[in-house]
Amino acid sequence: MLGSAAAAMLLRNLIHSALLLILSWASVAAFYLWAGAEFAAFAQILVYVGAISMVVLFAVLLTRQNQVADVVIEPASRKRATTALTVGACLAGILSAAVVASRFPAAAVTAPATTVKLIGLELMERHGAALLIIGVILTVALIGATLLAATEAKRNPEDAP
Amino acid sequence: MSAAALTDSFLERAPLALRDWVVNFLPAPLQWLGHHLITIIAVLAVFGTFFAFTTIAERKLLARLQNRLGPNRSGLPWIKGLTLFGLSQPFADAIKTLTKEDIVPAAADKCLHFLAPVIVVAFSLMTFAVLPFGRHLIPVELDAALLYFFAAGAATELAIFMAGWSSRNKYSLLAAMRALAQLISYELPLILSVVPIVLVTSTLSTQNIVLAQGGWTFGFLPHWFVFTPWGFPAFIIFLVAALAESNRSPFDLPEAESELIAGHLTEYSGFKYALFFMAEYFGLTALSGLGVTLFLGGWQAPIAALQFIPSYAWFMLKLIGMLVFFIWIRGTLLRLRIDQLTRLAWQFLVPLALLNVGNAAFWILTASWSGPLQLIRWAISLAIIVIPFILLGRTLTAGYAPRTYRYAP
Amino acid sequence: MTPLHLCLLISSGLFCIGLTGALARSNTILVLLGIELMLNAANLNFIAFWRFGPAPSPANGMIFVLFAIAVAAAEAAVGLALIIAVYRHQKNIRLQEANTLRG
Repeated sequence: MLGSAAAAMLLRNLIHSALLLILSWASVAAFYLWAGAEFAAFAQILVYVGAISMVVLFAVLLTRQNQVADVVIEPASRKRATTALTVGACLAGILSAAVVASRFPAAAVTAPATTVKLIGLELMERHGAALLIIGVILTVALIGATLLAATEAKRNPEDAP
Repeated sequence: MSAAALTDSFLERAPLALRDWVVNFLPAPLQWLGHHLITIIAVLAVFGTFFAFTTIAERKLLARLQNRLGPNRSGLPWIKGLTLFGLSQPFADAIKTLTKEDIVPAAADKCLHFLAPVIVVAFSLMTFAVLPFGRHLIPVELDAALLYFFAAGAATELAIFMAGWSSRNKYSLLAAMRALAQLISYELPLILSVVPIVLVTSTLSTQNIVLAQGGWTFGFLPHWFVFTPWGFPAFIIFLVAALAESNRSPFDLPEAESELIAGHLTEYSGFKYALFFMAEYFGLTALSGLGVTLFLGGWQAPIAALQFIPSYAWFMLKLIGMLVFFIWIRGTLLRLRIDQLTRLAWQFLVPLALLNVGNAAFWILTASWSGPLQLIRWAISLAIIVIPFILLGRTLTAGYAPRTYRYAP
Repeated sequence: MTPLHLCLLISSGLFCIGLTGALARSNTILVLLGIELMLNAANLNFIAFWRFGPAPSPANGMIFVLFAIAVAAAEAAVGLALIIAVYRHQKNIRLQEANTLRG
């Protein structure tokens, strides 16, 4: 997971980085499976591998600089890269030190039993308002994205995920 | 014979008994592994041969529909005169593709070019894991089986993109983008047509969905979801979307043989091409299996008196029926244009599928109606879907008429 | 080292990779993808605390993750649409060159 993510951020070929990132998202889903969150894992694969990856790849191909050459992008300036690396390394150090130093109360031995039915009931009852808001956000995002990306009056239905 | 005896009859249990018998030969620590391996091998073997005979059935049936004979020459090697109606054709085809030269374009992205067919076959096989083939035959019992099915299906889009891009051929890339546009457009009606089932059965597990369709009225009217006013439109939408998802005619634009060369598969040859071909049929079979499971009662017998036939036989029969239906459609309908294709999905199928979800909600709300109210329930439910269907169809086809041909005098 | 520690280390690693990528790269698409990685790291934490945390609630962590995934999808769609719109104006998606509003 970490390896593919790091490689994705380092590679110069944009398509390769996008594909590696998809691999990294899929391994996050594998982690969810390992942790017993089946539903979240499948949702992650469906949304990230099925939808977001497609939008990303479409965007990469639609914004190519020159049609013939490879989709290679020039590296950022040296100064920016070093600053970013320093910030990232510092943050990594601080976070891992904090994690290692902290003591957590004993974990539950078994995974919380979660059936799909339970998730559905929770979503509808306790988190009903949040579900409504998410629905509105997704609809607005869909319409907004198509409006932003549309060129002519006739819109392109594939732009939305 | 009582119902309990029927559900546990010897034939029903036979595959499981066979598996347990084999597993018992293994040492105890390896038994769980053998258990799963045998399941995987069984699915691979059954659907491998099923795929082989689907191809020959398709060629023969298409030939019949077009008033031809179809392949009828291949027989057994070294035996002259025995042609077996050409039934060994798929094996001859397999040998041919295996021995063909595998050409990789010089400029291609070798790694991705190799990975694409592998991924597409692997993921299309993974979808079989949650289909209940019989009363006791389901490879994996998952609580979120439907979600798993669609998640595994989502990876094929990625493989198509990889195939198109790694070929380093602009026609491949363009065709891959077109194929993706089609797949994404039809994913939405496909999933929306399944939502009513989930609403009514309130489960995502395929086995429970099949169990919910058990029972008969008067002993011969099965309680399948296709025989409900919300299930029938959902089934039709599902069929159309499944046709488009598996790139079958009339939605086979991504690789329209007579217009493009092979779309995103242009640069593939030999065994890799065969893998794509295989994945396409596996996808079609899996989607048909899902359709059978969701709408046609899965492994349930159509008539109560026919329950003595084992459940997996019913599932296979229904599956074959679905595939023959798909082949029939391929032989009958003409190919669509790409703009007609996307318009059909976004302007017609998606609104109808959304309405149908509402229809299913109405069906649940009125679950307690009985007697004459039952008739009113059917009428309202039918009206919810039929009236918009007619109105939408009218508005979308307004201004179109059958083409009139004018000939020079 | 409990499983929770391990999960938190992994997710902080993922977060830092995302952050570094978002800061270092000049291609807007990659910056957006770095942000997506950071979101994923946060989701990992939710699942880790839900599974290995002290007081496991039936489904809270999972539901939070589901909402986060939905928001991430919306964000990606709008972000990439914005990138395409910018590209149409400037024929370029490098961040440094999108500075026409600078005084």
